[in-house]
Order: sequence, then C-alpha cells, then structure tokens
Amino acid sequence: MRKSFYGVELPNPLMLGTAQYPSPAILEEAFRASGAGVATVSLRREGAGGTGQTFWKMIEDLGVHVLPNTAGCHTVKEAVTTAHMAREVFDTKWIKLELIGHTDSLQPDVFQLVEAARILSEDGFEVFPYTTEDLIVGERLLDAGCEVLMPWGAPIGSGRGLNNPYALRAMRAEFPDVPLVVDAGIGLPSHAAAAMELGFDAVLLNTAVARAGDPVQMAQAMMSAIEAGKAGFDADPIEARDMAEASTPVIGKAFLT
Amino acid sequence: MKIVINGETRNVAATDLAAVLDECGFSGRVATSVNEDFVPATLRGARTLTDGDRVEVVAPMQGG
Repeated sequence: MRKSFYGVELPNPLMLGTAQYPSPAILEEAFRASGAGVATVSLRREGAGGTGQTFWKMIEDLGVHVLPNTAGCHTVKEAVTTAHMAREVFDTKWIKLELIGHTDSLQPDVFQLVEAARILSEDGFEVFPYTTEDLIVGERLLDAGCEVLMPWGAPIGSGRGLNNPYALRAMRAEFPDVPLVVDAGIGLPSHAAAAMELGFDAVLLNTAVARAGDPVQMAQAMMSAIEAGKAGFDADPIEARDMAEASTPVIGKAFLT
Repeated sequence: MKIVINGETRNVAATDLAAVLDECGFSGRVATSVNEDFVPATLRGARTLTDGDRVEVVAPMQGG
C-alpha cells in the first residue's frame, strides 16, 4: 500500500536532492529522466546577481513537490527561524528538519530535534524529521506531531548504504502505519533497493546521483532500483534459511543408481 | 546608518527593512531576519532598523 505524506500521494518513492550537480542543466535532466517527485532545496544568503531566483525558476518548472531543509542548523532557534523563512519563500508547510549534533558524522541531535519538531508542528508545519533509527526518538517525534520519520541510512554523503538494517527493520515493524523514508547515506542503487525491500516508503538521496560520473544515468538507476525494491517487498518475499531446500521436486526422479 | 547585511557592513539611507532591501537591490523570493529573528514579508515595512542591526536575506538554493 502506498502511504501519503501529510495527505500528499507521491508519484513514486524517490526524493532527490538538488545540490552538487555538475551543472543546472544536468540537475534538471536528472529529475526529468528519473521522474523523481520531490526535490529537496535549501535557503542561503542571496547573492548580488539574484542567483537564488534563477535556481527557483528552474525548480518551479520541474513541477515537483518541494521539500525545503534546515541543513546546517545546530540549534532549535536556528532551525525554527530557518523553517519560517523556508515556509515564506517556498510557500509550503513541508520542512525537512535537520538539527546537526556532530560535526564529523553530521548525526542528528535528536534531543533538539524533538523540541524543534514540537514547536514547528504546533505552528502548522508538516515536519519531515531527519533522525536516527532509535525507536524511542521515533516515538517522541510522533508524539511531537510528526507524521513522517526519516532515519538515516548512513552519514550524509558517505555512500555507505544501510549501516544498520536490523534497526531499520525494527523501525518498520514498530511503526507499521507511519511513512518511513531512508534519508542519507545511499551510495548505490542496491542500497536504495534494500531500503525499499525493508518496507520503507521512500528513499531520499542526493550525493549518490549528483556526484556520480553520469548523474542522469544514476538517477534513472536509482529509480529502477527503488521500484524493484518496492515491488519485491509488496510481493512478500520468502524467509531466508541457513540450509538448502531443493526446489526441483524429488518425487518422480528416475531411479538410476 | 550602518547595518550588517549578509555579513557585510553597509551604509544605508533607508530606515525600514523593506526600503533597505530595495536600496540594496534585493528582489524576488527572499526571506529576511533581523538580529536572528524572522521578519515576515508583510512586516518588513514596519520593521525599523537601527545602527548595528544584523540583517539576513536568504533565497532558494540547492540542497539535499
């Protein structure tokens, strides 16, 4: 079953970032070729030439859902202020809430995350929290008003894939009705497929596509992998077992010894 | 009046936020804060600035 994100049904489970592409034209082509339905964006100081306006026009023309982030924020106050600015600029209640707690791993500061999520949810925002795979934090975020959870697969930009599949599987089991997105750490299409095979509802990635030698081809590969992973989960896969189980029937085998 | 806008100290003649944005050539989709507090677009005209205020003007940008 396809879950909605705050009432919005996405055309497919790929959320794609817009940073680090070799050129705006390649970014645009990656979106068009893959068909990703969500674009993550950010806010930064406006330059003299109004560079932000050109970028915005291109995103607008893609006709996708826009998910602004609070990337780089380290305090509740900073994240909440950034979210307010994003709501005004992008004209959306959606906010990808990032509250960074650790410089090297960019691990979320989950304590501040829960606090900011509560403030923003009470103020009418629809919060997509970038979190860890911790079940209790997930519960607190839902209590705070979040209707989506976005645990990390691995540190942002690391390309390591799913560092803790066990915990992600546990999260899926614990929150069967909550839309879950693996956000960050994806490096290969097989990582994205694995997330979907766990029953996740979407995958959010950026670097794996933008920094690939051929971002357009990688965007398409990610979409194919995500769709395959989802179809595999929906098809109710078999349980893994340690020993062989013959697939060819034994009955009827010719007696030749 | 001397204010800090996007980290750069500038002399401006205008006295409210909306007028300062005009004077400094900002237009289009931007959001603003003064001294780390969000100022909605509708309130920029009423937001008087004083010497030393820190203004941030942000716009859409690539993000992950």
